[in-house]
Amino acid sequence: MGCVSCVGFNQEIAGIKDDIVLRLKEPTTIPIEAESICPDLFVKRSYREIYDLPVYYGRRKMRLGELFSIDGEKSDFITIEDDVSNVKKIGSKMTSGKIVVHGDVGRHVGASMAGGEIVIRGNAADKAGINMQGGLLWIKGNAGHQTGSALPGENKGVNHGVIIVEGNAGLELGACMRRGIIAVLGDVGDFAGARMIAGSILVFGHLAKRAGAGMKRGSIISFGSSEPLLPTYRYEAIVQPVFIGILLKYLKELGIVFESDMTGKSYERYSGDINALGKGEIFIHVKS
Amino acid sequence: MLGITGGKVFDPINGIDGRLMDIWIKDGKVVPEEMIDKSEAQIIDASGKVVMPGGVDIHSHIAGAKVNSGRKMCPEDSLRLLRPRSQITRSGSGLTVPSTHLTGYLYSEMGYTTVMEAAAAPLVARHTHEELEDIPNIDKGVFITMGNNHFIMKCIRDGELGKAKDYVAWLVGAAKGFAIKIVNPGGVENWKYGKNVQNLDDEVIGFGVTPRQILTTLGQINKDLKLPHPLHIHGLRLGQAGNVDITIETMELMNEFNGHFCHVQFMSYGGERGSLPQSASKKIAQAINEKSGVSVDVGQIVFGPATTMTSDGPAQFSLHQRIGGKWINDDLESESGGGLAPLTFKRNNPLHGTMWLTGLEIFLLVDDPWKVFLTTDHPNAGPFLGYPQVIRLLMDRDYRTREFERLHTKAKKNALLPELKREYTLYEIAIITRGGPARRLGLKNKGHLGIGADADLTVYLPDDDKEEMFSHPAWVVKDGEIVVKDGHLVREQPGRTMYVSPNYDPQIEEDIKAHFKESYTISFENYSIRSEHMGPNEKISCD
Repeated sequence: MGCVSCVGFNQEIAGIKDDIVLRLKEPTTIPIEAESICPDLFVKRSYREIYDLPVYYGRRKMRLGELFSIDGEKSDFITIEDDVSNVKKIGSKMTSGKIVVHGDVGRHVGASMAGGEIVIRGNAADKAGINMQGGLLWIKGNAGHQTGSALPGENKGVNHGVIIVEGNAGLELGACMRRGIIAVLGDVGDFAGARMIAGSILVFGHLAKRAGAGMKRGSIISFGSSEPLLPTYRYEAIVQPVFIGILLKYLKELGIVFESDMTGKSYERYSGDINALGKGEIFIHVKS
Repeated sequence: MLGITGGKVFDPINGIDGRLMDIWIKDGKVVPEEMIDKSEAQIIDASGKVVMPGGVDIHSHIAGAKVNSGRKMCPEDSLRLLRPRSQITRSGSGLTVPSTHLTGYLYSEMGYTTVMEAAAAPLVARHTHEELEDIPNIDKGVFITMGNNHFIMKCIRDGELGKAKDYVAWLVGAAKGFAIKIVNPGGVENWKYGKNVQNLDDEVIGFGVTPRQILTTLGQINKDLKLPHPLHIHGLRLGQAGNVDITIETMELMNEFNGHFCHVQFMSYGGERGSLPQSASKKIAQAINEKSGVSVDVGQIVFGPATTMTSDGPAQFSLHQRIGGKWINDDLESESGGGLAPLTFKRNNPLHGTMWLTGLEIFLLVDDPWKVFLTTDHPNAGPFLGYPQVIRLLMDRDYRTREFERLHTKAKKNALLPELKREYTLYEIAIITRGGPARRLGLKNKGHLGIGADADLTVYLPDDDKEEMFSHPAWVVKDGEIVVKDGHLVREQPGRTMYVSPNYDPQIEEDIKAHFKESYTISFENYSIRSEHMGPNEKISCD
């Protein structure tokens, strides 16, 4: 199920203010590649050392402190106060700690993260949580395309970890997913769970076309409306799986508030994609 | 002017085995001491260090259409090795299929100064040369695939061997190639009909010739044209269980013509056809030891990611069927074919473990190091960055034993490796990475530090950990210029592309023009590459 950082989490509960606060010094339209905004790199570094961490401003290599004002040091809890929708790779490859972004965030947030927690209070651009290996990525707004998918060219994507999107998600959600959970409270675009190998995708809004195309194993659960499935999916039965209840319980414990109690409901089970291994399953909630 | 003084020199071509001596360089050549004005010369103090000629890689896929297809097919490979640009170097990425400039930097940082691109069909040679031009700090050459060429097979069928000879001479010159490469003779042509060849006397569909005829004809032509490098042969049934017999049969056939057998590890398996391959290193090593006209490069497996690419289309398809995943199949008109499939060699995979063992056993069982050269068939058996690790495996038996113990139990069963006590010396390493390949390639000015040699050399810091020692040389000199200093790249300069241009009867061009009208999608006039369209280049004489 992935690892949630106790350090940052406990600090927030206890109201301890020893996070490192980053603010963009000047708004800019030039993309910033900030792989160095990562709790693993901040936790043992002094203010000066954090200031000197490398970032790319367009193609120019600069220091983090030249683009961001930095308040704090030696902490694994990072708060970003601004809209950073042109800042890419925040929290990428992080293994512990916590990042909270009070605004929109750019591409590749939490890419290849292996642990810790990222909370985005705004929207996330494309490829959030791509190739995630563990941890929790919580997007309060909408997520772009290829959320929780695989790196370009790779056969395997998310392998452990939890991604929660409270808004809508774009195309190819969880493509090539290997393990883990992705929950979207809004709608999702086409090709959700395409070429999925295992894991669970829960969609509470509208499930668009071609969900589970090329899926080998894994589960896509639709609690809302759904487009007709691909013809390579075979209707099996109406079922009441226990594991869906367990998944929902786990998500509730993480803090998701559901509009209605979805446990104990009936689902149409479809198996496929018979073009691939055919051991995947799509559950469509049966409206009573 | 440059002097490398006090170093322990290993120069096998000149029989120097760890002698303390000075090397003097002027105008990109090694010169006698008396030609140097020492007051003006830059001196590198190599006391306590090891000096070797620049590394020579006899078989590596670094440029051209298939490498580029690999780059396009494997964007994930770019994330495995990323290098931002610096004051003197360009940015680059890729571990198994690095971008062009990065390829040059990585080879240079490892102490290599000459690398041969192992295969290009003549039709795509122009692209290959354009990429080679972009690879700095190393000299290069390209082998031209001819084992499935329609014109040559027609000549063999019609008994027009003189015509075939003129055509080959024209073709290698037109493509600005360095040597003739044969890949699965006849098999790639048969693959166009969904078939392959399994034996030397199988028929090539549509031509009625056999792999045996193709090999012997091109062997004789290679000899008659006096090309510097013997035929570069990728034989039949690559990667299949039991292929050792056909490989030995091919070696017997080509012994009289001289033949270099590339990535022989992939061609040295025992076992029943269709079963899991077993190492037949003892058998193949015996054959290599017995045949004076045969040399091999190993194509040693390095565990980790690889991108397999070869003109052997059916072999690539067979691999793809075995491992699944991505695959490219290619057809090059009337010349060749090809395929690509990325895979990862895993230590705990019994087959991969057997392949790893087979390669090391060949290294250790071939008595004469002048007949066996270090390659990983980059990137087929792993990236060239694995060379230092292979060197450590050859030089350090304890390390080899530890690595062996980590293999899958099935791979370890009946393995010869634990019994092999041989440890390569630095002199032998200098042979398999420098002197041997250079001599076999016919490069008179490469692979040694004698007077008149190209001033390509590497200075290593001695280290018990040979992998570390060979990964990060202290100094690398290319054409008399320091390109790596204290382990860091300090200079980027263009390397030369070496080619041969044997004589032929100009009358053959009329036949070739007719062939182009009949069979090609491009015109005869646009086919040949002129030396002025290449980057820095050097014509190697055929005598």
